[in-house]
Amino acid sequence: MNFEFNDDQRLLRDQARRFLLDKCPAEVVRQTLESDQPYDKVLWRKFADMGWLGAAIPEAYGGSGMGHLELCVLAEELGRALAPTPFASSIYLAAEALLTAGSEVQKQSYLPDLAAGAEIWCLALSEGSRPATEGNIGTEVSGGKLTGEKLPVADGDIADRAIVVAREGASIGLYIVDLNGAGVTRQTVDTMDPTRSQARLSFTNTGVEKLGTEGWPLLERIQDRAAVMMAFEQIGGAQACLEMAKDYAMGRFAFGRPIASYQAIKHRLADMYIQIELARSNAYFGAWALSTDAAELPVAAATARVAAIEAYNFAAKENVQVHGGMGFTWEFNCHLYYRRARQLALVIGSQRRWKDRLIHALERRNAA
Amino acid sequence: MDFTDTAEESEYRAKARSFLKENAEPKSSGKRNLASGWNKDEALGAARAWQARKAAGGFAGITMPTEYGGQGLSPILQVIYNQEEANYIAPRGVYEIGLGMCIPTMLAYATESQKQRYAPPALRGEEIWCQLFSESAGGSDLAGLRTRAERDGDDWVITGQKIWTSGAQFSDYAILVTRSDFDVPKHKGLTFFFLSMTSPGIEVRPIKQMSGAANFNEVYFTDVRIPDSQRLGAVGDGWKVSLTTLMNERFAVGVAPPPDFDEIFDLVRDTELEDGPALDNAMVRDRLADWYVRQQGLKNAHFRTMTALSRGETPGPESSINKVVSAYKYQEVSFFGMEMQEMLGIITDPDIVAMDGLFQIGALSSPGYRIAGGTDEILRNIIAERVLGLPQDIRVDKDVAFRDLPTGRD
Repeated sequence: MNFEFNDDQRLLRDQARRFLLDKCPAEVVRQTLESDQPYDKVLWRKFADMGWLGAAIPEAYGGSGMGHLELCVLAEELGRALAPTPFASSIYLAAEALLTAGSEVQKQSYLPDLAAGAEIWCLALSEGSRPATEGNIGTEVSGGKLTGEKLPVADGDIADRAIVVAREGASIGLYIVDLNGAGVTRQTVDTMDPTRSQARLSFTNTGVEKLGTEGWPLLERIQDRAAVMMAFEQIGGAQACLEMAKDYAMGRFAFGRPIASYQAIKHRLADMYIQIELARSNAYFGAWALSTDAAELPVAAATARVAAIEAYNFAAKENVQVHGGMGFTWEFNCHLYYRRARQLALVIGSQRRWKDRLIHALERRNAA
Repeated sequence: MDFTDTAEESEYRAKARSFLKENAEPKSSGKRNLASGWNKDEALGAARAWQARKAAGGFAGITMPTEYGGQGLSPILQVIYNQEEANYIAPRGVYEIGLGMCIPTMLAYATESQKQRYAPPALRGEEIWCQLFSESAGGSDLAGLRTRAERDGDDWVITGQKIWTSGAQFSDYAILVTRSDFDVPKHKGLTFFFLSMTSPGIEVRPIKQMSGAANFNEVYFTDVRIPDSQRLGAVGDGWKVSLTTLMNERFAVGVAPPPDFDEIFDLVRDTELEDGPALDNAMVRDRLADWYVRQQGLKNAHFRTMTALSRGETPGPESSINKVVSAYKYQEVSFFGMEMQEMLGIITDPDIVAMDGLFQIGALSSPGYRIAGGTDEILRNIIAERVLGLPQDIRVDKDVAFRDLPTGRD
């Protein structure tokens, strides 16, 4: 039994944590929150230089070829530090899509720029308020040209390319689109978490390049992979909330003693711990399934995502509660995690949808 | 990251598998588990026979020292054996407390000749032990106990009453914590013993639980004499000895029994609701997903614990969440299983309701799991204090002589 990260991976985690403590403290996150800058370019460049962006991209495509377990380790630290970068869009989603379904030519031409941080990518799926299901995709490809609107698209305002989910005739496909080319308009939209920007993308007879052949099943496979890495981000954030709430409760006195000595607070923190340990253990199983391409990945990924959403939601809102009135101020950092927790809970589909997906996956496994 | 055994583990697993295959009925055989109803003589007989067979096969006391009849092996091998045994009908329940808590306490505090005398027969299943700790006045606040021990020559004389003692009705020996000094603060006046359950003056009365079963007892002591040679630890050091026992309790009080996700998933797949199959109902799917996620979370946390043991490390605190999560889930799943049966859910007749009434039994048994071995609340205190390092509750009884403490209602 070896259900744990190895010594090298733990070393990477320690290095990443130290680096982010130094280079990505709350003041840095706030620069993105409180200004028009959509992401932190300095940080993004450093991630590229350290080989983090290419952690799971093979060296043949310009990556550092470490692997997905290493990427999970990094994801937890990025989540803990609330790093304001398009990491999830470019790496968990786009790079994974290219690695999963890209042709040799596509991998050769696109992955090196992703690993080097030279290009930002995004995934354009949602089309407004209706759930993003196969039947709800109205964006259309006809004669090699794309027309339609996507909203919201995480990092759509800053991305160089998008992977667009669109209908072509009767089938759904994934298409690579150059967002700097003709027939694309984009508009930044206000969001719950301004440290992660969101956009509206409109396409009018825009040129596309097909990615893979499978369409919807391919999208689900990419989402499964992203869900595991995102779960680690969520756990990193939730753990940070627990530590923050604990520190505050230890130092805050009411009625003559630290509020951390009241069971109402202690039990709340214990519940945060319980949620986080459940989520962490499920994320580990997801990491194993991801890194070994196991048949269990759909079940493991949905389990990891549902648990991670639960844990981060709970930790983020109870962290505000433990801080009392100060937790509700702009000045305190509680709301940074609260915003990010809400963003991550929805960005690749709601918990409700993933619970349904989980049960579907279990039904399929049972029928097999 | 992988799930493969080391060479040593894999060899041991193969050994355990071949022993179990030759000596036990697999659960998949569908035969009845006699241990499910403990009070019956045949269940006890089956449990004794199973423990004896384990001892003969070299699988009793896997982590205990060889000089006292154990196998002297590492904890990970115990976990591996347990995993394999879980696939078989293995009535081990009556020995969990004795071998999990009492004998480890004896090994820590008894004399050499006592250890030689008592450990081997316990491991062979010949002598059953119980633990006389809880009292009506001291449950979560164990140190609030009042059973009195008075020195009389070479003996101690015990008077008082214990409660919630599992298996007292068929135990041969017991460990016992008493109050020997009422004039000092509560933790300082305790003294610890072991004794024969056939000692004159002991009376065992079953407690009928809300489920109708009687797994626990009250044990009354009327001038019960215990020789001082059966004292464990110094006079007044009973709290310290108790902590040794309780450290082992988390191993003894396991996860909650079924129904869990697998059973509720089976039930749902066989259930039709007003608008079609229950499995197609969004609310039902939402609840199922919650329980699956929690069940898997515990399972995967257990893999992490095993990994630490396998590496020879002390497991992290993740195991502390086990009972608090599983007991609550047990109750929720039981209620929901009844819910799925609509009005028929009220019925308990096993011939009428689904799965022989598993969910109805669960509804009536699960409250006990949220209490036994540390209540939901005490376990959260433990996580808060020992795992997260939060301050202990303010103890108003800390520096007060025990006899001066307010008592209230028992």
